[in-house]
Amino acid sequence: MKQKYLPLTATILIFVLSYALCVMQFPNMLSTRVIGNLLTDNAFLGIAAVGMTFVILSGGIDLSVGAVIAFTGVFLAVVLEQGGLHPLVAFALALAITTAFGALMGAIIHYLEMPAFIVTLAGMFLARGMAFVLSIDSVPIKHPFYATLKGFYYKLPGGGRITLIGGLMLLVFAVGIMIAHRTRFGTNVYALGGGAATAQLMGVPVARTTIGIYALSGLLAGLSGIVFSLYTSAGYSLAAVGVELDAITAVVIGGTLLTGGSGFVAGTLVGILIQGLIQTYITFDGTLSSWWTKILIGLLLFAFILLQKGIIRLSRVERQHA
Amino acid sequence: MHSTSDNILSAVRIEKGFPGTKALDKVDFQLRRGEVHALLGENGAGKSTLIKCLTGAYRRDSGSILLDGVEVDPRDTFDAQRLGIGTVYQEVNLLPNLTVAENLFLGRQPRRFGMIDTRAMNRMARELLAEYELDLDVTGDLASYSVAIQQVVAIARAVDLSGKVLILDEPTASLDAHEVAMLFRIVRRLKARGLGIIFITHFLEQVYEISDRITVLRNGQLVGTRETADLDRRDLITMMIGRELADEIHTHHASAGEGRLRYRFRNYGRRGHIEPFDLDVRAGEVVGIAGLLGSGRTETAEVLFGAHRADSGTAEIDGRAVDLPSPRAAIRRKFGFCPEDRKTAGIVGDLSVRENIVLALQARRGWTRPISRTEQNRLADHYIRALDIRTADREKPIKLLSGGNQQKAILARWLATEPEFLILDEPTRGIDVGAHAEIVKLIESLRERGLSLIVISSEIEELVAYSTRVVVLRDRAHVAELDGERITAHNIVEAIAAANEGGRRDGDR
Repeated sequence: MKQKYLPLTATILIFVLSYALCVMQFPNMLSTRVIGNLLTDNAFLGIAAVGMTFVILSGGIDLSVGAVIAFTGVFLAVVLEQGGLHPLVAFALALAITTAFGALMGAIIHYLEMPAFIVTLAGMFLARGMAFVLSIDSVPIKHPFYATLKGFYYKLPGGGRITLIGGLMLLVFAVGIMIAHRTRFGTNVYALGGGAATAQLMGVPVARTTIGIYALSGLLAGLSGIVFSLYTSAGYSLAAVGVELDAITAVVIGGTLLTGGSGFVAGTLVGILIQGLIQTYITFDGTLSSWWTKILIGLLLFAFILLQKGIIRLSRVERQHA
Repeated sequence: MHSTSDNILSAVRIEKGFPGTKALDKVDFQLRRGEVHALLGENGAGKSTLIKCLTGAYRRDSGSILLDGVEVDPRDTFDAQRLGIGTVYQEVNLLPNLTVAENLFLGRQPRRFGMIDTRAMNRMARELLAEYELDLDVTGDLASYSVAIQQVVAIARAVDLSGKVLILDEPTASLDAHEVAMLFRIVRRLKARGLGIIFITHFLEQVYEISDRITVLRNGQLVGTRETADLDRRDLITMMIGRELADEIHTHHASAGEGRLRYRFRNYGRRGHIEPFDLDVRAGEVVGIAGLLGSGRTETAEVLFGAHRADSGTAEIDGRAVDLPSPRAAIRRKFGFCPEDRKTAGIVGDLSVRENIVLALQARRGWTRPISRTEQNRLADHYIRALDIRTADREKPIKLLSGGNQQKAILARWLATEPEFLILDEPTRGIDVGAHAEIVKLIESLRERGLSLIVISSEIEELVAYSTRVVVLRDRAHVAELDGERITAHNIVEAIAAANEGGRRDGDR
């Protein structure tokens, strides 16, 4: 097997094993309901994590994701409750704003040669601050269209539901996989992660690609915000704190190298599912504190970082003996 | 211009200056269709500046470039590539995390309905590489292949993108003999296709093996272009080193046999750096190390000092076997090493002259036994006076001193540790004539005090002046040793040039 598939295989194996363990203890967990809920509950995180995967593959990071999700939620709530716009128009507006916001951060990162960490940290404060400017309260969304949207679902045999937002997440992953592996933009993202200077020498349009990556991350953060507002039917400026870190965690557990250049969008989906699975298990158990989610995910993340280090060292040794 | 028809590339009176220096001074260069043209010269001769002007990486100050008889003006390397000039560097400029096929077709992948047609791309990649006798899994990551294969992939990409002129900048530096042979087969094949190939290397064996013509640059000026077949090795080296090789008198006073044998290295070496060598150094001896750039001079010094650990052989000091795994261990054994590039490896620019001088001594004593300020001042003042380091005072940041005075301060740093074995790598490079003479005098006086010295220099006359013995290196191996009356500039050049005795890189391995 090729070495680059090793982390992804490990992730899938861990997911299958832990799901099997869960089912052994709680046979009820093996139902389409649980799977449907797993998708629905993690839809907003999954969509944001697709954008984060591209950012990390290129060797960057985007810390603004959680704040952008909160901003989008508050923006939708305020616009819908006060403006009387149709939600679809409001969605389009929100996506335009967050995409432009991401593109702007990408442009600053590229043209001012600033570290992505700092630029997106500033973006995080800015987006969160803008959300507070719009409203400091939790604003409920009562638009009838929201109810209509929530009514859409695909019924699985066994009573489970693929909701609109769960399905949307799967669609976003499918499109993300196509973009990563079947477009020139996708290859350019990997190229940037392999080495920006070399990529430039080989003719990769570095400026366009960098701006595109952060614009994509902004777009998906916006979409994630829409999904989050559908999920919670409210907009609150303190919502989704730290979601960017959960997204990064999913990306890394999904087998993407934090230094960039290697990984798969599909792995991120498994990373999301593992996180969701741990949460579901704790809900089923009922006695464990929810902090166990964080502890387990922390350990898992640590194990994956060790695994990545091990693989890198192994490939170096192999090359020396080649 | 004469016969532009068979010249695929002509550079006419190229000039390029940098602040303070003239990197290229009206250099002419002609490349024929279907020839391999070696471009040679020592460090700083202007080879890479010329290449960068040809590929648009630098803008030339004046002069013109003709490609196929048409004047061109590449703005950058892409532009040069579009025009037909491709370059492959020693450090493979490809992306290790992409597949071989992606590397070959990055930015021009075949597409169907807007999506990359991976199957077609892989097929095209296999077809392209088949022309280079490579049959490999093009869907594998580039990183999983050897440097030689990566190099060939880089060549395939460059030729596919440009197709008229191929510049190979030290492509063989990290390849073994078998891989070099493979690369040369490919170069010959491209030559037969009518490409003009510029080949930069410092392995003279390879120059004679592959090239049709040789152009030598020196100090930014064209020394000449010759047919390889008509230029013997000695004349070539004379062109490169550029001295009228008068056989001057060997002026040193002590002969090699006088002092007590102290350091004994047997079969000492490191794979990929320097072939195993034997070396004996006596007390009160200066062993000069001569050789062209890349012959293994600095590598020898680094292995001796433990900067790169030797992977074969033994070292003995005064008859006792010792292990020298690191510079720290070497410093404990009273070794000292002044590296070649003092700006990056020697001085700590922002620290004062005093701090730079006490650095190595403090390192040897360890941080638990600090040197008192009084002692530091005494040491600094002593060496500033003894070596005549010209500085306003001992607290001046060392970066403000001239090159010669910085060099003396680094010497002082090692002398302060009272070394018994001192390695100096190019101690006189880039310093003015006056300081030059003082450093030579200093080497003499250290030898008289009984130190064992190893001095690496490209200045052959200088080696002749102070060495009691000269070791000659070629292609990363020690190939000859001269002592006593045999130390003359003439003999050293002959030894560097001698073609067939020992140490052939691509012969017996």
